[in-house]
Amino acid sequence: MNAKERMQIPPVDMPEQDPKERVNNLDEVPLGYTPEMAMLEAKRCIQCKTAFCVEGCPVGIDIPGFIKLIEAGDFQGAVRKMKERNLLPAVCGRVCPQEEQCQLFCSIGKARKDPCKSVMIGKLERFIADWEREQGECEEPAAVKPSGRRVAVIGAGPAGLTVAGDLIKFGHEVIVFEALHKAGGVLVYGIPEFRLPKKIVQSEVDYLEKLGVEFRYDYVIGKTIPVWKIVDDYDAVFIGTGAGLPRFMRVDGENLLGVLSANEYLTRANLMKAYDFPKTDTPIVKGKKVITVGGGNVAMDCARTALRMGAEKSLIVYRRAEEQMPARLEEIHHAKEEGVEFHLLQNPVRLVGNEKGWISGAELIKMELGEPDSSGRRRPVPIVGSEFIEDTDALIVAIGNSPNPLVPNCFPDLEVTRWGGIVVNEITGQTSVPGVFAGGDIVLGAATVILAMGHGRRAARAMNLYLSSGRWVDLDSALDLCRAEVH
Amino acid sequence: MYQILHKEKLGPDIYLYRFLAPDVARYRKPGQFVIVRISESGERIPITIADVDAEEGSITLIIQAVGKTTLQMAQMKKGDFIPTLTGPLGEPTHIEKVGRVLCVGGGIGIAPLYPVAKAMKEIGNHVTSILGARSSHLLILTDLMKEASDELLITTDDGSEGQKGLVTDAIRNLVDNGEKFDQCIAMGPPIMMKFVCILTEELGIPTIVSLNPIMVDGTGMCGCCRVTVGDSVKFACIDGPEFDGHKVDFDELMARLATYRSEEKDALERYSSHAGCRLDSGGSQ
Repeated sequence: MNAKERMQIPPVDMPEQDPKERVNNLDEVPLGYTPEMAMLEAKRCIQCKTAFCVEGCPVGIDIPGFIKLIEAGDFQGAVRKMKERNLLPAVCGRVCPQEEQCQLFCSIGKARKDPCKSVMIGKLERFIADWEREQGECEEPAAVKPSGRRVAVIGAGPAGLTVAGDLIKFGHEVIVFEALHKAGGVLVYGIPEFRLPKKIVQSEVDYLEKLGVEFRYDYVIGKTIPVWKIVDDYDAVFIGTGAGLPRFMRVDGENLLGVLSANEYLTRANLMKAYDFPKTDTPIVKGKKVITVGGGNVAMDCARTALRMGAEKSLIVYRRAEEQMPARLEEIHHAKEEGVEFHLLQNPVRLVGNEKGWISGAELIKMELGEPDSSGRRRPVPIVGSEFIEDTDALIVAIGNSPNPLVPNCFPDLEVTRWGGIVVNEITGQTSVPGVFAGGDIVLGAATVILAMGHGRRAARAMNLYLSSGRWVDLDSALDLCRAEVH
Repeated sequence: MYQILHKEKLGPDIYLYRFLAPDVARYRKPGQFVIVRISESGERIPITIADVDAEEGSITLIIQAVGKTTLQMAQMKKGDFIPTLTGPLGEPTHIEKVGRVLCVGGGIGIAPLYPVAKAMKEIGNHVTSILGARSSHLLILTDLMKEASDELLITTDDGSEGQKGLVTDAIRNLVDNGEKFDQCIAMGPPIMMKFVCILTEELGIPTIVSLNPIMVDGTGMCGCCRVTVGDSVKFACIDGPEFDGHKVDFDELMARLATYRSEEKDALERYSSHAGCRLDSGGSQ
């Protein structure tokens, strides 16, 4: 088949649960490709000589390589190719913003002048990961010679899991300390079941355990064990404690009952399985009408969760216009399909409560778009005198998170920025403390799973070099030399 | 998994446990708490640590069985395990020699007060403690608190032990009789802490309180435990649990504690009707 014929094939849609049905269950919305669908979609890849898609991937997966193997029906080979670069394909295939990364650079999408018509790289990634899991048995990893070095990873989220997976493959002993009772970080407490089934995260964690990674739960580093003890006891430390500090709006009435952070709402629903209350013991605020404030993926997750918790009405209130929403198109599309109402160019100025202290309404002010701000997006400007009350009995604040201050607060030598992020060398993830690396949202502020994994990948490579050479100063240039030798 | 090494009934529905948790015991300081989850489907609840045995590697927790989780805990026996015990969390009490310290404990709040009173005395303060309860059978740790204090007063609402009345009556009596205090520490039900703080503010005694809002993770992630202290909103889990009592908005705290009251009641009723008569045997272990 020549390139022209390949380019004639339309993108293969992934079947999805019907919106009317899926708001009544927690099952995943996209159902996955069949092998036939995947092999057809794989035919759409023209195997560009210069693979621009790979440059758009934060972890540098050999995208044409694994797609070619899918086309040939060699799914096991495709899995192997994928896992050279990405240990968590089932997760990334689902939650990466491919339309801003690999698929944005795809030649097919460019030829059709629409990144939505690109090769469905994410869906193919998900397909092979699911195929492997459904085989029941992951391929045994080859044994590596132990290096005799011990590494502590603080936080079992996307960054920490990536570091753990990479360093164990280099032969280092890896112990992951997790504050919660489950591994996965935002993958288990934040992203809902209908977008990322928890059994998938668990199987990725099981795979790391099989590789030899040791997980210690209920460990809050800085509290359960002082940070200095971890730094003393391990040859290298990676801090990946995430952006787990919810921002609030700082408006009157924010502490009314029925007002909660997206983190609290999603943690109750996901990690604590409040959807099963009273079979499980964690309750959750159940409003008939729920307002979610914010325009990111987390806001979409909250608004869609509210519907599944029985809300009759679920509203997104966002201060800018839809074009400026940071959420993925797919998430916005799914939310709309399910009946989430979008109230754009509105912003809460005050929350009002009833005599019992429960929220009864949000006073919203209408906004218009002004001149572009530092982010390049047009700045929302309040329209004086346009305030009105929107009745509600629950409100979720999903306007972002700051880096969690717990570890930095217990670690006076660690340099942090004004807004609380750990200062690192961007190439290596080195912090101001020798032997200590950091990455993911504790550095970036709230970003994405794949960026955190990219950080983890880069830090792991630098940590490996540090562990084998003992070199700390100019580690970034030493790393460049190593890379030059490889290529 | 964390094993129950010892269980003891201290009063009606009040139980003391020693859990094997060497890592928590090693670095714990007075004033800190743990998050406990007693089963795989269980909720995460904060409990302030009452004591520690570093040699045994254990921590002591005292609970009052009032809801489903605590009633289930009351059914657990020595040798049983719980899946989650995370800590020690929160900022420890600032232990300093200030002179004369007044420790006020109400009901189950006497449990977290004990290690603080003990540490305050050990560092050289003169410690006067007032313990209050509705009735004598609800008083706990009186012998230990006696050891940890230079003077100990008891008040009960019904007069069944010590002075009849409230802890605030006892504070006023002491001050009226010329006693002076440099610092007050109050731990107990929010309503008690609220009235202690109103009084000590009037009397000009700086007062620290330990707050017990609803929590989920206990590490600053969910913001469920936010409390208004003066002009700012604080997270009890990472900024507290102890705050300047004269600045705390207790009415907001009490309202927020009731967020899930109807769900809690529902869970309790379902549990009670299933568990039936088994509930009465909780104290036999």
